[in-house]
Amino acid sequence: MTTLEKTTDEVLSLAAAHFKVPREQLSPNDDFFKKLGINSLQALDLLTRLEQHFRIELPDYELQGVSDFRTLAERIQSRL
Amino acid sequence: MLDLRQYSCLGEALRAAIDRWPDEVCLIEADRERENARFTYRQFKEAALPLTRALQDAGFVSGSRAAIIMTNQSKWLISAYAIFFGGGVLVPIDYKLTPEEQLKLLAHSKAEVLVVEYHLWRAITKADGFASLAARAVLVTETPAGIELSGATRWEEFRDSREPVFTARARGDAACIVYSSGTGGRPKGCVLTHDNYLEQCVALTSLYPFWPGVRYLSILPTNHAIDFMVGFIGPFVCGATVVHLRTLRPEYIREAFTKYKITYMSLVPMVLKNLERGLRQRFAELSPARRKVLDSLIGVNRALTRRRPNRALSRALLRQVHNAFGGELRAFFVGGAFTEPATLQFFYDLGILVGNGYGCTEAGTVISVNDFKPFRSDTVGKPLPGTEVRVVNADGEGIGEVAVRSKTVMSHYLDDPEMTSETIVDGWLMTGDLGRVDASGHLQLFGRKKNMIVTEEGKNIYPEDIENVFEGLPVKEFCVFAANYLWPERTMVGEKLVLVLHPDTGQNIGDDTIANLSERNRRLANYKRVSGYLIWDADFPRTASLKVKRIELAEQIRRGANRESVVAL
Repeated sequence: MTTLEKTTDEVLSLAAAHFKVPREQLSPNDDFFKKLGINSLQALDLLTRLEQHFRIELPDYELQGVSDFRTLAERIQSRL
Repeated sequence: MLDLRQYSCLGEALRAAIDRWPDEVCLIEADRERENARFTYRQFKEAALPLTRALQDAGFVSGSRAAIIMTNQSKWLISAYAIFFGGGVLVPIDYKLTPEEQLKLLAHSKAEVLVVEYHLWRAITKADGFASLAARAVLVTETPAGIELSGATRWEEFRDSREPVFTARARGDAACIVYSSGTGGRPKGCVLTHDNYLEQCVALTSLYPFWPGVRYLSILPTNHAIDFMVGFIGPFVCGATVVHLRTLRPEYIREAFTKYKITYMSLVPMVLKNLERGLRQRFAELSPARRKVLDSLIGVNRALTRRRPNRALSRALLRQVHNAFGGELRAFFVGGAFTEPATLQFFYDLGILVGNGYGCTEAGTVISVNDFKPFRSDTVGKPLPGTEVRVVNADGEGIGEVAVRSKTVMSHYLDDPEMTSETIVDGWLMTGDLGRVDASGHLQLFGRKKNMIVTEEGKNIYPEDIENVFEGLPVKEFCVFAANYLWPERTMVGEKLVLVLHPDTGQNIGDDTIANLSERNRRLANYKRVSGYLIWDADFPRTASLKVKRIELAEQIRRGANRESVVAL
């Protein structure tokens, strides 16, 4: 498993746990706004959870233009 | 506060405020739990004027246009003052637009100077159309060390310590060009004058005064019309303090309330609802006994403040709730989109005032706002002092298009006299919103006449601005509509966009086309996406120049299909 794949997998697991949805329902290319039924503030909440897990800081603007888990994982990966 | 009648332009009023309150804190920039910067009015001047001088050295003169594309931070305000001091015209551009959209507006505005944050600049340099950027000077903030900016200059280094020349503008001169839409279609650059802003400031502060010691929490970007007025011009001309928070995360907003003892804050309905959700959750976690006490206190507060708010009483009754907001909060201002009455009532019952307002960029921000005499959750308040509102072509229930006449109404749309004359008719701004003025003078809104939606984040989305992304879709033709425009409903919440597809003769819209459509939809920012599609088996009516006749097409669809025909994406 490559590092990006591992990061993506962790993002999916954390998102599933955070928004209380079964992990198997989420996949890397999913649009998280639509799949999780969340707005941009709730997405920022998820960002906070991811920061705690990966021990990095992600400015709010890192979420700009991002709506799928894979791209989100890439943004995280670039800061690890 | 300053007597704004004395001043001819924003630069002059801001300069007077700086001279009047040199040692008051005007600006704090916080990022999460950190405080990045703090300025007194004197220090603010010392940060801004070397920038003005450097701009003037580079040929910036009265009427020169300068754009700012930045998130919510102190350098936005410092740059804006530097531009106004030099007699410039400010072009605030939404940092959330795509780089291509930003380039389009930069070109349309003919901005000679661009002030931009590094991460945004990096995206702009990679965008299609970057080569056409015509700004003479690009000033980039917060560039990491060792980065080559290829022609641009570091904002922090672009300064000259010699005294700049203050350049006054007349009241009727343009102060800002603010784009209300048109990133994909026809740009609507609202030209707002110094008079528009100064008059708006007088009207707003007569209802909600600022003074030295007031702390305004700014979480909306300053390109947002509300924040520009209530989170910059308003507090500054009163000697108050603006606290910029560079994150929208709820936990840091909560922390800022108590850390900075916030007095006022502007927000959009989405943030207000989030605060409501958080409070309701905390209430639900209380023990049954404590919950019962809380509910009783809320009931007492509701009964005693029915006719008039009573801040001291509400704070005494519901101390813990008020302490969570810092204990000194006087009001939230909510606008940019429609707020549900239940949310407004929830806060009012807690003794937390939410000044629910209505406005648009063309009207110079605010048209009406609740004055709490008494509180009404079902209206957007009364027109501001000096603003006239009338309802045009009213139906039997008194509902028609809201028209506005005021000194705050924009001068015109930049380089578009045709659209200006369609929008400002005999001195009245036609808003395109449907409303009614009740017997007590309160304005109630019921929907829109125009083909557009407003999201709960306060974003105005026009179908013409997003259609480009669907160009090349393998169908005969397509068109985007607001669902409420096709099938009018008396609501302004949960508005959605629908893509109308006309297949080629014999074409079946299969999974491939839908996948193609969905992929294109995802290229749009999440709040701009269409929520469903409708298959329409007839040629679109078109003009001689082959433009779709949207009004006629909408009428045909209204007659031939309903909301249930829309397939969700």
